[in-house]
Amino acid sequence: MKYIDEFNDPDLARRLLDEISATATRPWALMEVCGGQTHSIIRHGIDQLLPEQVELIHGPGCPVCVTPLEVIDKALEIAARPGVIFCSFGDMLRVPGTDRDLFRVKGEGGDVRVVYSPLDALELARRNPDREVVFFAIGFETTAPANAMAVHQARRLSLTNFSLLVSHVRVPPAIEAIMTAPACRVQGFLAAGHVCSVMGTAEYPELAERFRVPLVVTGFEPLDILEGIRRAVRQLERGEHRVENAYERAVRADGNPAAVRMIEEVFEVTDRNWRGIGLIPLSGWRLTEAFRAYDAEHRFDVTDIRTEEPAECRAGEVLQGLIKPTECAAFGTTCTPRTPLGATMVSSEGACAAYYLYRRMNGPTAQAGQAPREEMNPVA
Amino acid sequence: MCLAVPGKVVAIDDSADPLTGLIDFGGVQKQACLEYVPEVRVGEYVIVHVGFALQRLDEESALASLKLFEELGLLEEEFGDAWEQAAKEAGTA
Ligand code: SF4
Repeated sequence: MKYIDEFNDPDLARRLLDEISATATRPWALMEVCGGQTHSIIRHGIDQLLPEQVELIHGPGCPVCVTPLEVIDKALEIAARPGVIFCSFGDMLRVPGTDRDLFRVKGEGGDVRVVYSPLDALELARRNPDREVVFFAIGFETTAPANAMAVHQARRLSLTNFSLLVSHVRVPPAIEAIMTAPACRVQGFLAAGHVCSVMGTAEYPELAERFRVPLVVTGFEPLDILEGIRRAVRQLERGEHRVENAYERAVRADGNPAAVRMIEEVFEVTDRNWRGIGLIPLSGWRLTEAFRAYDAEHRFDVTDIRTEEPAECRAGEVLQGLIKPTECAAFGTTCTPRTPLGATMVSSEGACAAYYLYRRMNGPTAQAGQAPREEMNPVA
Repeated sequence: MCLAVPGKVVAIDDSADPLTGLIDFGGVQKQACLEYVPEVRVGEYVIVHVGFALQRLDEESALASLKLFEELGLLEEEFGDAWEQAAKEAGTA
């Protein structure tokens, strides 16, 4: 238990670990679905503190990583156009498109700006009526209420120079895709706390029942994650498969109804491609017909874009929990945060980047919590 | 950008549309939209993601999270200069 002293409450962490060890009588494989959780797990060495029987599989929970290459290429194309102010969260800047990234586009003269909130992009549109302001609207359910509000406000203010390049994804269909994949080994889920703080837990009982998997809503702090694991293992050992909320301080069963109402007003469910994984039916949101005028894909003609993934990148398998990043031959050699081949090496929430930053090449050599800051990626 | 950071509501601008407040994240102060937590009062804690408060949170949990975020350097990641960081990663700074 070499990292345990770095937990904010080491005694509680030790008690939770002891209980997990005492409970697990057989091997169990759990998937965490939130990129923030993946990061926290690797950073604190939680996967190495756990008893051997309990394995953590990293899921497709990083919105930056799963944004499809074709959407990145569309973003690059729009951002390079004269007259456009392209706004994005900071962690999209170095996600590789087919032949460059947003950082390069800015270097080549494109007006790319980092915003903290989509409302900042809206404000830019208000102040620059002669420019087209495009916001890169990616993210899971946690980000959707913010992006929905931005476009809602744009319409209310009659702004005609604001649009969204939308690539929103939803967690429950991803869980379904993972559970129906032939190579699936997942027996339980740590569900993403902040996704549930918006959506609540209503979508999950059906999944727990159909696939007979425990779904434990979990936060992303180290102790939250241990508590989530403890409850999931307890259910598995008892043969149960229920939805449990281990993040009650931030998640109510009905989520945030006002936020959900806004999402439903602005977005409708659609099929989406996930980078590295492919099409998952009904796994995304797009603007509804009433808001189509604010859709950057319609406003700028960017439908005919050719994309090419680097052949050696195995991010798709990483994102589905089929391999660990270190099993990719490019890991740490041709693929590093400085020269990323796949998005999972770029985003600070990506599994490849987390392994690279905290675990270095092979095995547990790095000290948890001592990441080289200069290589960290901004979280927008 | 999955992360959501707890902060303390230090001021509320009732005249703003959408409803807006000033949030203190362990020293860094930023405006956030309060439209999804309209019942929140000055002095309470909220979880903020990309400029939107999503839920209220009790003080004890909020302070514990904030302390951890600070220790891990996550506040700097969240509010630091993204261009500077991207330049460093690209090896051009
Ligand atoms: S290490 Fe790099 S090349 Fe390999 S799967 Fe991860 S992102 Fe792709």
